[in-house]
Amino acid sequence: MGRYALRRLLQAIPVFIGTTFLIWFLVWGLPGDPFAGRCGEKQCPAAYVNYMTEKFGLDDPLPVQYLNYLKNLATGNFGQTFNGIEIGELLAQAFPISIKLALVAVAAEALIGITAGVLTGLRRGSFLDNLVLVSTLVLIALPIFVIGIVARYAFGLASVSPEAPWHELIIPGLILGSGSLAYITRLTRVNIVENRRADYVRTAVAKGLSPGRVTGVHLLRNSMIPVVTWLGLDLGALMGGAIVTEGIFNIRGIGGLLFGAISRRESGIVVSIVAILVLVYLIVNLLVDLLYGVLDPRIRYE
Amino acid sequence: MSDIKVKTAPVLGVDGRSAGHLLEIDNLHVEFRTRDGIAKVINGVSYHVDAGETLAVLGESGSGKSVTAQTIMGILDTPPGFVTDGAIRFRGKDLLTMGKDERRLVRGEGIAMVFQDALSALNPVFTVGFQIAELFRKRRGMSRADGYKRAAELLDLVKIPAASARLRDFPHQFSGGMRQRVMIAMALALDPEVLIADEPTTALDVTVQAQIMDLLAEIRRDRNMGMILITHDLGVVADVADRIAVMYAGRIVEQADVHALYGKPCHPYTLALLDSLPRLDLKGQELNTIKGLPPNLLRIPSGCAFHPRCRMARDICSAERPALVELGGVRSSACHFAEELYGRE
Ligand SMILES: Nc1ncnc2c1ncn2[C@@H]1O[C@H](COP(=O)(O)OP(=O)(O)O)[C@@H](O)[C@H]1O
Ligand code: SF4
Ligand SMILES: [Mg+2]
Repeated sequence: MGRYALRRLLQAIPVFIGTTFLIWFLVWGLPGDPFAGRCGEKQCPAAYVNYMTEKFGLDDPLPVQYLNYLKNLATGNFGQTFNGIEIGELLAQAFPISIKLALVAVAAEALIGITAGVLTGLRRGSFLDNLVLVSTLVLIALPIFVIGIVARYAFGLASVSPEAPWHELIIPGLILGSGSLAYITRLTRVNIVENRRADYVRTAVAKGLSPGRVTGVHLLRNSMIPVVTWLGLDLGALMGGAIVTEGIFNIRGIGGLLFGAISRRESGIVVSIVAILVLVYLIVNLLVDLLYGVLDPRIRYE
Repeated sequence: MSDIKVKTAPVLGVDGRSAGHLLEIDNLHVEFRTRDGIAKVINGVSYHVDAGETLAVLGESGSGKSVTAQTIMGILDTPPGFVTDGAIRFRGKDLLTMGKDERRLVRGEGIAMVFQDALSALNPVFTVGFQIAELFRKRRGMSRADGYKRAAELLDLVKIPAASARLRDFPHQFSGGMRQRVMIAMALALDPEVLIADEPTTALDVTVQAQIMDLLAEIRRDRNMGMILITHDLGVVADVADRIAVMYAGRIVEQADVHALYGKPCHPYTLALLDSLPRLDLKGQELNTIKGLPPNLLRIPSGCAFHPRCRMARDICSAERPALVELGGVRSSACHFAEELYGRE
């Protein structure tokens, strides 16, 4: 397993370089005046353009610029915005908030989704089952901004305060995770329904174990393999996928930062955020793959 | 607290009087309510087993052997399966009417079961040590360490090499024969009084089959357990069984001491089973050589269910169902001509 992890890490390097180069190239390398519109209606003064071109190394050949960027990244230097603010500081403020929000969302998915999935899976065709089936369909079908805006008015919520304390993130987290929550519910239900008649569940009953242990240990553990995998991947995806939710509730996380940076054409911020998200995603993917092997010992890594 | 039970014979009933057999299935009826209709799978099965004896239940695939065993263990799929009549008495108490918790405690400790396919019957995501130790921890309140220690002893008992090292292995890491030994070890954990083995060797190679059967016979002897051995392999039966119950379409059609049954089968179905095999080479043969197919349980033939395939069938066979009659007081057969067959030379 160790060798497998190492090989996967090595494989991640070209993926990381490739994706970051692509986004870097799209943001910095494409022809066009990076300073257009920076100085109001007027053309920027030549002195300003020269100064900025010098500062950001925009005259260097593209590969050199990219390599410089990577080198800075490796030392934790994300550079500055056009206004001279350290990008690293902006990220250090925004990322913890987004991580908190994603954790709230995943916790809600796991807690509510798995519980609902197990209950409906054990009582297939019951009133509860049908109710949950319809609600999950609604959650999956509705776009997140509709749910978010409705919830905002329904609960009379104002914006989340800048420090984003945990309790203020509960409702936004629920909304962020709502689609995945519905999916987790269904995934759990399908797996419970499929496994509850499995031979090993029968064996567990024949051993005289209590119903709670048969379901909670023998049935659940097998049914959770795909669910836990999915939750892990979702944690990675939600970190960068919170743009809409963060927008609705004015949460100062990565989504908001990215959104603002794109509209202000702060290329440095955009590239940095994307680079970090790619990295997070690659690592989460690897961890989930390894976790899969822990959950299901029949999996062989080669 | 010691978990070793002292076995007391004879079996005492709830009121302290002798209550007959250790495990007694009485007129059991089970049906499966499916979309296609009601399949009458068990239609009045009665058999019993006592401490120290092996009852073999023999019959073609689909005759209801496993469903009977599942009903005894209380692991029948409900729905679609329903018990519609009968009783299953263990030490004189009816399992079908006793409370859920009381019945749960009979499982594993009173009656345990070895399944046909150990690969699917063992949980794929837990180590075998966990799955065996679990019984000691949850049913005996032992600590984790003690549970694993006892699990290692059991693996050793069923002759798995390097037993304690293998506790940490998962079921898929064992060979078929070793896996079935794990299954047997698990069934023995709580020292059951009756062991039901449902085709324990069908999924295994012929050479391994003999080893597993020997192991089961040895353990049965050492522990003075009652054993119900379900099989469709005649060779297996001849070696280890004391009595044989032959099943057809959810009924016992003949029941006898093993020598009596081999010496003079008193039911045309049993005769056909024995005739369809070369007598000197019984081992490993399957009972699929009788002409015709087992009946569709949604539409069981009228009268004697075997009549469409029976060489001796006459008019009465499709009109009237033969009752299971005692022959010479020690054996029974359900055929209109049972007395004739019994009286022949
Ligand atoms: N879960 C089930 N649903 C519907 N029919 C079943 C089920 N389990 C068993 N049966 C039917 O019951 C009959 C007897 O099956 P079984 O006891 O497994 O036979 P065998 O003697 O081979 O062990 C078969 O016809 C089978 O189709
Ligand atoms: S009752 Fe008739 S059909 Fe049935 S076994 Fe006897 S002879 Fe054959
Ligand atoms: Mg069977």
